[in-house]
Amino acid sequence: MQDLANIFIKSIFIDNMVFAYFLGMCSYLAVSKTVKTSVGMGAAVIFVLCVTVPTNYLLENYVLKEGALVWLGEGYANVDLSFLSFIMFIAVIASMVQLVEMIIEKFSPALYGSLGIFLPLIAVNCAILGGSLFMQERNYANITEATVFGLGSGIGWFLAIVGIAAIREKIRYSQVPAPLRGLGITFIITGLMGIAFMSFMGIKL
Amino acid sequence: MSETKEALFSKKNRKLISDPLSDNNPVTIQVLGICSALAITVQLKAAFVMAISAGVVMCVANVIVSLMRNFIPSRIRIIVQLVVIAALVILVDQVLKAFVYDVSKQLSVFVGLIITNCIIMGRLEAFALANKPWKSFLDGLGNAFGYGWILIAVAFFRELLGAGTLFGYPVLEKLGLYDLGYENNGMMILPPMALVTVGVIIWIQRWKNRDLIES
Repeated sequence: MQDLANIFIKSIFIDNMVFAYFLGMCSYLAVSKTVKTSVGMGAAVIFVLCVTVPTNYLLENYVLKEGALVWLGEGYANVDLSFLSFIMFIAVIASMVQLVEMIIEKFSPALYGSLGIFLPLIAVNCAILGGSLFMQERNYANITEATVFGLGSGIGWFLAIVGIAAIREKIRYSQVPAPLRGLGITFIITGLMGIAFMSFMGIKL
Repeated sequence: MSETKEALFSKKNRKLISDPLSDNNPVTIQVLGICSALAITVQLKAAFVMAISAGVVMCVANVIVSLMRNFIPSRIRIIVQLVVIAALVILVDQVLKAFVYDVSKQLSVFVGLIITNCIIMGRLEAFALANKPWKSFLDGLGNAFGYGWILIAVAFFRELLGAGTLFGYPVLEKLGLYDLGYENNGMMILPPMALVTVGVIIWIQRWKNRDLIES
């Protein structure tokens, strides 16, 4: 249990997707104009990460890794398909995103309208593929750990985008130097938020 | 038939290369491909390798998709594009592992993340699907340079101010700055400063070119 809590906290705060690895910056910058849309986008990312990381974990450990195909028979013990992992992961992600898109369109047309083009772009959101690749690199022991990691990373991303959206709503009423308005100030604020998040680094769990 | 007579480097084609360098820069204006631009800019060498890898993928993917543009049904185009990009990235990844293993280790997941680099998808969607191969190639090349120079500029400042080196060569030490009491700014190596550096580049660019200012 402690291991799981450790992974969970670590993936939200210390290894935050946005502030420590800059993953998913494109949609982070583009969808963070209002809090409402950013909440929808963040929730979609949490959901997709929770589904794709465990799926890719199974794929990695039962199909792609060296010796993973041993359950098919002795002859397959030496097969190493890990060079295929990029293409397999992205295929899983693209189909899952299609699924989420269909679900949201059915149950919340308003959200579907406001997310617009960014819903299909979750497929090319680096945070999603990054989640799967980090899962592969860090060798989690079992599927529960991988799921908890996916959930934690998603929540970390959610916190980041909702935070920046709230700040951007306020900053519209401030006197920002004209050339810095919009994109520039968003970058600098994100940097400052990143410095704040770095204070979590000292925590030992 | 007038189009076939157009010179290989006509004015319009040259514009395709020069525009993304400044006025239509993929990173600072179109806001694409930020993720990797920030993450691997601690050292010049890694940034350099990354810029070349992403550039190669961008040019080749642009040409391939442009060749196939009339055969791809629009409903499944995203998946087709992803497959093309992913296949190219696997090639690049294997080449990097074979020839520059230490850099490939350093880039870790970010080589794989070229697949989801929004510049590549963005250019395929916006340009290659509607244009001929040669033009798409030029567009890819232009955007690769636009992306590359931002990457290298950010890495230059971060490595110089953060570690006092350039390509691993101790420039500041040779200049004798440390004897004068200069100290490296360790902050520059940490992730948040990458964001601030890009923010400042955007600031300077928009201050030079007032048309780009957002209302």
